[in-house]
Amino acid sequence: MKLKATIFASIAAGALAATSALAETELTVYTAVEAEDLARYAEKFNEGNPDIKINWVRDSTGIITAKLLAERDNPQADVIWGLAATSLLLLKSEGMLEAYAPAGVEKLDPKFVDGDNPPAWVGMDAWVASVCYNTVEAEKAGLTPPTSWKDLTDPQYAGHVIMPNPNSSGTGFLDVSSWLQMFGEEGGWEYMDALHENIARYTHSGSKPCKLAAAGEIPIGISFAFRGAKSKAAGAPLEIIVPSEGVGWDMEATAIVAGTANLEAAQTLVDFTVTKEANEMYNSGYAVVAYPGVAKPVEHFPDGLLDAMIDNDFEFAANNRAAILKEWQSRYDGKSEAK
Amino acid sequence: MTVPLTHTSRMPAGPVVKGKLSRDDLIMRGGMMVIALYLVVTLALPLYAMLSKSFSTYRFELANYEFQVSDESGEFEGTILRASDLNASTGAYTATELSAGSDGRLGVTNFFPEFSFRSPVKYQIRNTVEDGRFLVGSTLHDGTEWVTLDSNTFRRVQLRPTKSTGVDNFVNYFSTPALFNSIKNSLWISVVSTIVTVTLAFWFAYALNRSCMRFKGLFRLIAMAPILVPSLLPGIALVYLFGNQGMLKELLFGASIYGPIGIVIGSIFFTFPHAFLIISTALAISDARLYEAATSLRATPWRTFWTVTIPGARYGLISAAFVVFNLVITDFGLPKVIGGQFNVLAVDIYKQVIGQQNFEMGAVVSVVLVVPAIFAFAIDRLVQSKQVAQLSARSVPYQPNPNPRTDRIFLIYCSLIGLFIVGLLAVCQFAALIKFWPYDLSLSLSNYQFDKMDGGGWGSYFNSIKLGLLTAVAGTSIVFFGAYLVEKSNGFKMGRSLFQMFAMLPMAIPGMVLGLAYIFFFNNPNNPLNPLYGTMAILVICSVTHFYTVSHLTAVTALKQMDREFESVSASLKQPTMKLFSRVTVPVCLPSVLDISIYLFVNAMTTVSAVVFLYSPKTTLASIAVLNMDDAGDIAPAAAMGMMIFYTNAAARLLHLLASKGVLQRTQAWRNR
Repeated sequence: MKLKATIFASIAAGALAATSALAETELTVYTAVEAEDLARYAEKFNEGNPDIKINWVRDSTGIITAKLLAERDNPQADVIWGLAATSLLLLKSEGMLEAYAPAGVEKLDPKFVDGDNPPAWVGMDAWVASVCYNTVEAEKAGLTPPTSWKDLTDPQYAGHVIMPNPNSSGTGFLDVSSWLQMFGEEGGWEYMDALHENIARYTHSGSKPCKLAAAGEIPIGISFAFRGAKSKAAGAPLEIIVPSEGVGWDMEATAIVAGTANLEAAQTLVDFTVTKEANEMYNSGYAVVAYPGVAKPVEHFPDGLLDAMIDNDFEFAANNRAAILKEWQSRYDGKSEAK
Repeated sequence: MTVPLTHTSRMPAGPVVKGKLSRDDLIMRGGMMVIALYLVVTLALPLYAMLSKSFSTYRFELANYEFQVSDESGEFEGTILRASDLNASTGAYTATELSAGSDGRLGVTNFFPEFSFRSPVKYQIRNTVEDGRFLVGSTLHDGTEWVTLDSNTFRRVQLRPTKSTGVDNFVNYFSTPALFNSIKNSLWISVVSTIVTVTLAFWFAYALNRSCMRFKGLFRLIAMAPILVPSLLPGIALVYLFGNQGMLKELLFGASIYGPIGIVIGSIFFTFPHAFLIISTALAISDARLYEAATSLRATPWRTFWTVTIPGARYGLISAAFVVFNLVITDFGLPKVIGGQFNVLAVDIYKQVIGQQNFEMGAVVSVVLVVPAIFAFAIDRLVQSKQVAQLSARSVPYQPNPNPRTDRIFLIYCSLIGLFIVGLLAVCQFAALIKFWPYDLSLSLSNYQFDKMDGGGWGSYFNSIKLGLLTAVAGTSIVFFGAYLVEKSNGFKMGRSLFQMFAMLPMAIPGMVLGLAYIFFFNNPNNPLNPLYGTMAILVICSVTHFYTVSHLTAVTALKQMDREFESVSASLKQPTMKLFSRVTVPVCLPSVLDISIYLFVNAMTTVSAVVFLYSPKTTLASIAVLNMDDAGDIAPAAAMGMMIFYTNAAARLLHLLASKGVLQRTQAWRNR
């Protein structure tokens, strides 16, 4: 009798210890998601999983990627939630990601899931290239609105176009890699040669061209649609143009860092990131999300954007990134001073 | 002193007499060692880590991969082909193509001229060494077992480079014109800015010291204002003035402000106070007797100017030139904001590290940037060491005579310079208050809602103040104590001169380079100091080290004014040196101590370059927020934050002025008995 009681007591104590250990699980999550969205994401996750605490480490895409690569031999992150898929491919090729098929991953648009089985990363939402067109300044300069990428090489736009430098901006790189995929290697570089003649300058960040267009600093900024919609909502005289040939895109994605000490909690978090409710949450900022049928239209977002998204070959982009950037730099970065 | 020994008799060789070390001497030497150790850990070791990083290369080691090719039916007959032999026979890649960055990839199909992705031939590939790496698609294979692939998959194989050491990075750098050009650009804008700034600052200082112009105090105040703002703020003002929507755009006659023009104008703004201070000091000291002699020899004013004034100020001019040159060539914020397509070295480092995560190339550019900076610094030191006292006991201080015509010309000149400085600041403040330039010109405070923008919001502003205060307190203590130990301890000559050299070094190291070196050193998981990485502490350490030299020189100058007799007296009274230090030295030198702390505070508030690689999401800073908001295109909020830094620094200066006055009254009464 007494023995039984002891066993019970010890089991109870064990269970208690287990739950309290669970309640103390903390995950270090690296992210490039906008700061204002993070609190909302964590709150939603904790509604169903109050026992896992998220410690965010947030910075821009480039810096977070650099940080992860620098910490390769001694990873600090447990989970990456909201980083560009091209960056995750880079990490994958370093063997830094733990492959895991989250529960319900099959419901997602396969475009948004890593090709391997089990996948190394799973997409959340897409950000899509677009052209921000300032109607007031364009009229002043006597420009007609372009409808395609090829239009932008028209001499009337000379000095009126700004795009991000692919060497420092992920958005710039997705533009360049999409042109190379759409127009072919040779055609892509020919196109960029012609476009370069019209470019006023290349910016470091991907959102800046659109903000500059919104501020009238330049009539045409090659940027991404989400940024344009935000500036338009703020009252800028912008038109968001989706070029007819199709647009490049990248996605924010989630992955587990290999070697994490909290694998179970990490998997719980990644399971949540592919759910319908998580995708509804992404939808408030992004018009295109991984879960089909969830997306509601976002205000000021251009029509037909989803159909214009090219069949992006992320592997091509990641594996040729170094070579493309080098070529780009030697063609345009060195030459531009001659002006 | 050497005594000629030829005709005097030699003293018999005796034992070397050494002074006995007292407890005080030991404490002082110990203290000096501690501070020297601080400089080694925070300066020498990180720089060494960076230097070794610049020689760390990545190469495709073809000898480490083997292949097998099957026949049409997919059967392997067992011939093993080594990638290096295949490359030798096909000539697919040259030696330079085999050196790569850390993210380099090399396709393998070029080794097989008959390769076709449609053919039924199968391929096998393996690493021959344990740490070899190759990708199939984006999946990493680092084992030594054979991997069998069909032709279509085989074309997705990419070899990965392995780490080695060599000068490949430097070869690569100098063979990339886009990077190499930056050296030319950097030198060019630095030289132009230096010539213009020094000329403008010279006449400004001349007007303030050698004329009877009115409002001298006001102009002196205005000239110092640019020190209180980050170097990128003038860039933002120039965008509002001369950008495509600029208020004064027409003045540029169609030229673009984005490029060398913008960098030079902005550089003049932020280097002006430095040049002005140095030249003004040089002009303040002059001997009226020389001018009298010139007049009595009937020299024209023009001739007097060239034969008396300029030679008298030459050390100041040279020093100002090198300081301005160094400031411009190492500045990163301004060309980032307004440089457009004009690449300079400091921005290249940022682009390599943040944009491409190419740390090795970042280190290479850093090494390249350090060369001219150290060179300029060394020449300046050399010239300064030749300087002899201008003012002897018999000198008569020069007193300017009123001359209505020249005084009026100087007043107009100084007003123009003042307008330039105040104008740029006013434009920033104005821009910060406009709702949506240029479409909605109503006034609003919406640009002050930093929490809605990139850069860390209001939190970064308070972080900056915290950093400023911590840097001021920690820095002043370390620097002043270090200077005291070096200046007042006995013997140990070797150690003391070594320390002096170390203390001068930070001046020659650009902030970007220091910041990058800190990443390499402190972010290394094997470093016991690794936990510092990403904390406020590392920002404080970096700022103290970055601004060590000027603080150290200020402290040394103040301490030199104190007679060494104080130490002798205290020793003869059997008082510990530390007591003397706290009871006498610090109170007497309090004005300098306050000067050092305000210098450190202001610089920690405005620095961008040193901390841009080191801040973490929890320690974002106001100056970095200006950069990041501008980067994201939120230019008006960036201007707003920049002006917040200006007001904070101005308030700190005011406080410093009041404190100095109060303190002076209490502690410096002995000066006027």
